[in-house]
Order: sequence, then C-alpha cells, then structure tokens
Amino acid sequence: MTDTTTGPGMDGGSRKADIMGYLKKHMREYGILIALVAIMAFFQVATGGILLKPVNLTNLILQNSYIVIMAIGMLLVIVAGHIDLSVGSVMGFVGAVAAVMIVNWGIPWPIAGILCLGVGAVIGMAQGFWVAYYRIPSFIVTLAGMLVFKGLTLALLEGQSVGPFPPAFRLIASGFIADPFGVDGFNLLSLLIGIAVATGLLVMAVRTRRRHEAAGVEDEPFAFFAAKNGMIFLALVWMSFLMADFRGLPNVFIVMALLIGIYSFLTSKTTIGRRIYAIGGNEKAASLSGINSQRLTFLTFANMGLLAGLAGIVFAARLNTATPKAGLGFELDVIAAVFIGGASMSGGVGTVVGAVIGAFIMGVMNNGMSILGIGIDWQQCIKGLVLLAAVIFDVMNKKKG
Amino acid sequence: MANILEMRGITKEFPGVKALDEVSFEVAEGEIHALCGENGAGKSTLMKVLSGVYPHGSYTGDIVYDGKVQNFASIRDSEEIGIIIIHQELALIPLLSIAENIFLGNERATKGVIDWHETNARAKELLERVGLGREHPETLVDDLGLGKQQLVEIAKALSKNVRLLILDEPTSSLNEQDSEKLLELMLEFKAKGITSILISHKLNEVSKVADSITVLRDGAAVARIDCRGGVSEDRIIRDMVGRSLDDRYPPKVAHATAEVAMKVADWTVHHPLHAERKVVDNVSFEVRKGEVLGIAGLMGAGRTELAMSLFGRSWGQNISGSVEIGGRPAEMKTVRQAINAGLAYATEDRKGYGLVLDDTIRRNVPLAKLESIANGIVVDSHREAEVAELYRKRLNIKSSSIEQETVNLSGGNQQKVVLSKWLFADPDVLILDEPTRGIDVGAKYEIYCVIRELAAAGKAVIVISSEMPELLGVTDRLYVMNEGRFVGEMPTSEASQERIMATIIKSAGDRT
Repeated sequence: MTDTTTGPGMDGGSRKADIMGYLKKHMREYGILIALVAIMAFFQVATGGILLKPVNLTNLILQNSYIVIMAIGMLLVIVAGHIDLSVGSVMGFVGAVAAVMIVNWGIPWPIAGILCLGVGAVIGMAQGFWVAYYRIPSFIVTLAGMLVFKGLTLALLEGQSVGPFPPAFRLIASGFIADPFGVDGFNLLSLLIGIAVATGLLVMAVRTRRRHEAAGVEDEPFAFFAAKNGMIFLALVWMSFLMADFRGLPNVFIVMALLIGIYSFLTSKTTIGRRIYAIGGNEKAASLSGINSQRLTFLTFANMGLLAGLAGIVFAARLNTATPKAGLGFELDVIAAVFIGGASMSGGVGTVVGAVIGAFIMGVMNNGMSILGIGIDWQQCIKGLVLLAAVIFDVMNKKKG
Repeated sequence: MANILEMRGITKEFPGVKALDEVSFEVAEGEIHALCGENGAGKSTLMKVLSGVYPHGSYTGDIVYDGKVQNFASIRDSEEIGIIIIHQELALIPLLSIAENIFLGNERATKGVIDWHETNARAKELLERVGLGREHPETLVDDLGLGKQQLVEIAKALSKNVRLLILDEPTSSLNEQDSEKLLELMLEFKAKGITSILISHKLNEVSKVADSITVLRDGAAVARIDCRGGVSEDRIIRDMVGRSLDDRYPPKVAHATAEVAMKVADWTVHHPLHAERKVVDNVSFEVRKGEVLGIAGLMGAGRTELAMSLFGRSWGQNISGSVEIGGRPAEMKTVRQAINAGLAYATEDRKGYGLVLDDTIRRNVPLAKLESIANGIVVDSHREAEVAELYRKRLNIKSSSIEQETVNLSGGNQQKVVLSKWLFADPDVLILDEPTRGIDVGAKYEIYCVIRELAAAGKAVIVISSEMPELLGVTDRLYVMNEGRFVGEMPTSEASQERIMATIIKSAGDRT
C-alpha cells in the first residue's frame, strides 16, 4: 500500500481521489454518522423545518435520554460478548421503587435517588454473578430477569400508577441549567458551554493529529480532517445556540454528555476498556493472557444495572409518575441502537459514540415520523427495516475490507 | 499414465494481490501428488479454484479433468464428479454421530425420511475401509481423538465415490503413530486407483509417499519433481524458499548455567470432568537458566495439560505439587499470578487460545502486560504503538502495519504475534507448546532463532513438540513423557528419534 501524503504541492485531482479513498477505507466508522445526518436532513425537509426547531430539538433529547443512557451500558455488555434483555424491566422497576420511596414513604428525593441507583447496581450484580461465575448464558439469565422485574414492578405498584413526584425531583428530567447572566429569553451559559465543549474537542483533535504526524502514522487527508472537525464544531455550536434560544441545555443533556465522555474514555483509552474488548474478541485468549474475565464480566453487568437504574429515575421524573408499564420493550430499542451503531453480535467490536448515534437515529426517526403523522404500525416496520439495513451494510463493508 | 487433472495457466487475483500467476499443475491418474510451498505460496488458493470454492469466472485459465474442461460453479459440482477436498480444519460436527457426519448433506433417505439402518450399515463399511472398524457408527465425533476424526473425514470422502482426494495438511495435528497410519491408508487408496493430492509441510512424509511433487512459490509453479526414484528434502526446500537452506536449525551454543530457573516437584493433575483420571502423574523436573528444554511424547501424553496446569491452573482439577521459580516457591493459582511469578505459556492453538483475531497486531502484542504501558488505568497509545512496532520488526512479522488485524495474517506470522505477546511479558521461564505447527520452513527457522536468542539472554525455554527432529534440532536436554508421567531424560546430544520412541514404548510395556 502506498503512503498517502497531503503536502501543499499536491494537485486538486489526486487530493480528491485521496479523500474518497480514505472515506472508502473508513466507511464503517463514518457510515453511521453520515446516515444520522442524512436522516436528519430528510426529516428536516419533510417536516418543513419542524425537526430542528429549538423546542423540538430539546424534546428530542429529553425523549431519548434514557435510551442513550442505557445504550452506553449495553454497549459494554455486548462488546464483552453478552446481552442484557432485562434493562427495560429493571428501568421500570427502579422507577417504581423511586415512586414508592418518595411518594408513599416520603423519603427525601436525593437519598431515594441514590438508593435507587444502588438497587439498579445490585440487580445488575445479581444477574452478572450467574453469567460470570457460573457461566449461565446471559440471554437466559436476563430473560429471566426481564420476567422477574416486570412482575415485581406490578407487585410493588399494585397495578396502579404512583405519582406525582415533588417538583425538585422532576427537574432531573425536565429542568434546564440556570442562567446566571440573566439575558432575557436567551440562556447565554448554555451557548457558552456549547462553544467551550466544541472548542475543547477541536483542540483535542488537533493535538492528536500533531502527535500522529510527529510519529508518522497519520493517514487522514488534511482536507478531510478540517472538514470533519469544522462540521462537528459548527454543529455543536449551532445546536447549543438553538437550545439556548429555547430554555437552555436540559439537565439530562449534561448528564448524558458527561456519561458519553466518561465511557468513551473508559472504552478507548484505559486498560479496563481494552480488556473488555479482548474478552469479547476471544475470551480464552484473554484469560490465558492473565485477564480476569469473570470479574470484568461481572462488573459490566453491574454497570449496566446502575445505568438502567439511572434511566429509570430519569424516566419516572419525566413522566412524573411510575406506571406498571414503564420500560416495556425498551430493551429492544436499546439493543437495536447498539447494533445500528456498529457493534458485533459476537462481541469485541463497537464504540460508545456509535451506540449513541444509533440511539439518536432511532430517536430522530420516531420523532420525525410522529410529526409527519405516520402511525405507530408503520413506524415499527420502518424502524425494523432500518436496523436490518444498518447491520447488512456493516457486514457487507466488513467482507469488502 | 494419463493425466486425470490438468490445470492450465491458472491466474487468480485478489484486490491488490496476484495469488496465482499462470500456474500449470498436472496430476497423473492413480498417483499421489504432493503440493509443497511456503505459507502464502498459493497452495490453498489453487485447491480452492480446483474444488469450485472460487467458481468458474473468478479466475482465468482452464481446469481439465478426465479429459474435459470443467466449469465448476460450486463445491457441489466438483464433488459430483469425484473431487473431494479435506481441509486442514476439520469440518465435522462434534455433537453428531460418526454416521450422521459421514452422510451429512448426502443423507441416506427416501423423500426426506432418513433410513437409519442403511445409514449405520453403510457407515460401518466405510469405517472398516479406513481402519476404524472397531468404532461404532453411532459414537459421537466429539468422543474421538483428532487422529480418528481425520479418518472419519476420509470415510466421508469415500462415501461420495471419490476419485481425486485432496488432503490439506492432514497430519498437522496428528501424532507420529496416527500420521503413519494415515500415510499407509493413502498408499492403500493408491493401490485401489484413487488419485490423491497431498499438501504438507512435513517433507519426510512427502518424500515417503509422493510419486511426484509440484512446488509453488509466490503464486507460481517453480518445479515439478518426479520422485519415484527418491528425492532429498533439501532439494524440495531449495525450490520452496528459492535459496538453499544450509541449516534448518540455528547453531546451538550452550548457554545453560547451573542456576535453576524453575523446579517442579510431584505435580499431579486430574481431568476436569473425570476426577478419577490422572492426566499428569507425579511429574518432577527442573529447567535451568539459559537452557532450552524439550518435552517429547505422543499426542495425549499430557504435555499440554502439564503446561496449562502449571500456568495458573488453566486446566484440570485437584492439582497438587509444588513449583519454585528462581529459588522461591511460586504461588500460581491464577494466570495473573503465574505471569507475575515469571512464567509464560504460548499455546498450541493460536487461533483458539492465543490471539484476539479481530484485533490488530498493535492490540494483541501488549495484552498480557497491558499495565506496563499504562499510566494508572490509562493506556499510553503511543507506547503501545512503539512496543508493537518494535516486535513487528524484531520478529519480522510480515504485515502491512501494526494496524493489520491478526485474522488476516498467515499462520507463521500469527505465531510470531503470539510469541511477541509473551516476549513482551518478559518471563523468566517460557513454555512454547507446538511453536511451529502448520507454519512454513522459513518462519520455523526464524522462530528457532528466537528460541536460541532467549536462551542466550539467560531465559529458560521449554519446548513441547510432536515433531522429533525439531526437538533434536533446537533443545539442549529432553524429557520424554508418556501417559502422564516423565519416563526418560537425556541430553539432546545423546538423543535420537529411535531412542525417544524406544523410551516411550518401553514405558508403555512396563505398565501393562
């Protein structure tokens, strides 16, 4: 293979060929992002501009926050070579526990919130224990968990909805960050945060590129690098501007962004992340390399439970009530998001950012089709076909490579 | 004799590579024809063209079989006229019976209803023809050893009225006895008029049974040797590598010191499922710093089990005995503890137990000691790349870069990645289990060199191998293992294949 050079002396024609060649090689990584942009552009036009109206954009994020939160946990589970079918039920159960604690028993909501996260984590550990240490297939353990926690939710709520929650608790899901600047009708802090994060990402990208160039391992054409990062920068600033123009960044958005950042770092840069990928890729080889695969599998499930618990709190706070049907079928949306995001069924492959984008692809389609007035029947069909198409695309791409 | 097969001017290209370049290949009816060449020379590609795995139209050139030009669209077409290929990785379903496997895809059935009586009766006949008359057709394949499984594959080929049998590395995972049996079977088939193509790295086997040899190098047929009058292995090697290999083993300079690197005493291991069965029985041995120690024995002697049970109790149950490394008792209940104590074990099964195949060279090399390239829990990707690149250069891993996925490397280069991983872990004692299985002559030599270099650097290396010439060529001292026990010890300078076999046979005689 020849080295790609991006010196200033190159003529335009070969530079263009260069970019196409690079894009082709990295189609699997960018394909999903391009798909999200294309789907957003389609619905923006089809809905006559409603999709990206500030109020709808804010809604879109609030609606999908719990799916995104769980998709992050699910990504780790799937990368480790397992699956968790119980997350929807666990989420509903934790929401019910929160309602009973706060509404029926009158426990202060911060304490109840922490206890609920603990409940989620303990549930995750209980399931992970059997998967990791007794090698019971995760499909079966979590299928059982799904039934158990669906039942427990019904029992706990006695078939009734429990609510409403105190206003402070509801702010977790429906509040926006406060604006200290007091500009009328515009949340300046939100815009500043957006600009700061976008700038931070840009600086990081430039620094990484410099290091790669110094080591002589950079193969991304400069024009491509500039266009990609420029677009990401503009998109972030523009989105934060839109939201600032409405009521500012939602609290949930901040939580979500932090989780995405932390888990991206964990999976790509740390020994723990690296080892989870190794277990999913080849557990025997990983074990013989001194990796404690049982403990890591256990922790992956514990983490999944914790995040399902967090999602349960967010969902209950958003609906302002805990219902016996909360979380029903959500596990399928979460799993679909992870696979659309490029994770492999057999483990060892996938990224946090991919899973988040996958969740938003599902979310934008839900939202866009609802605006267009498409019935839930056809929405389901279309979502199913998109999931299938995404995975087929991925497999074909892999074969070509 | 007439040619049963003529492949004329076969060219097969993959994106960016010409795997076969105008290869012509002729096989006479009723002969055993060997196909030799280093890994990546194009042997498997040529056989895939022949058997229709790569259909007509995806290559250029003609396949003439039985005097007619054949255009195979799939494996089915080639099987129909009697060309059967048996791949290196066996294609048997472990949890089906022998009979079911033999007739898989070719069931003895009328209108979709299987005739079990005929199935089992026919299977029995076929088993007798391959010398497995004592096995019951309803036995699960899983319960057979590798050697017998290989014979079941051949019985399966016979069930399809084979005329041209292609065996891809049939003996690579067999012990000497089973290999011998298989070669005899090939000669029997020849007497019955079945033509065979044998792909093998084991040149002693090739020169034993082959009537003629075609040598491939870099996608071209470079030599066709008639060897009914005998042929020297050196001649074949010369054609394979395109230069003469004066020595197949690097020179042995004695580096062994008096200092003991690892001492194992009274090591006993029981089978993980059958607790009453002792697989390793009261084994004691020691290996010194700077020494290359060999463990010889037949397949199933318990060598791999011994190594894996030492390495963090990765195999077996009710393990007892003691281990000292560097003069101190070594607590090795987990693999992590074993690595920290200074022991490393490079597996015989590089795909199953050695590599994360979907990951790159870069990610595989540091896996056993990831913490040493991390600050806290954060992996330093820069150091990681440096380490991977260092070993890629040092072991001459042929690859486009450290970013290449290991699944796309040839067997020899995959083995070098496994070796890199354990060299990076920097052990005091390194156990290599079948380090050169199924890899080509050039890569073998490179691996032998690494082994000798390690010894020169004061490490202790233990080599487990079923290829006796290899043990004789690379080790300083040998233990012979049979049926779970160490039954002999000798300096390699006084050892010979005959003496090792005699030790094994004598020990078996002592027992009964």
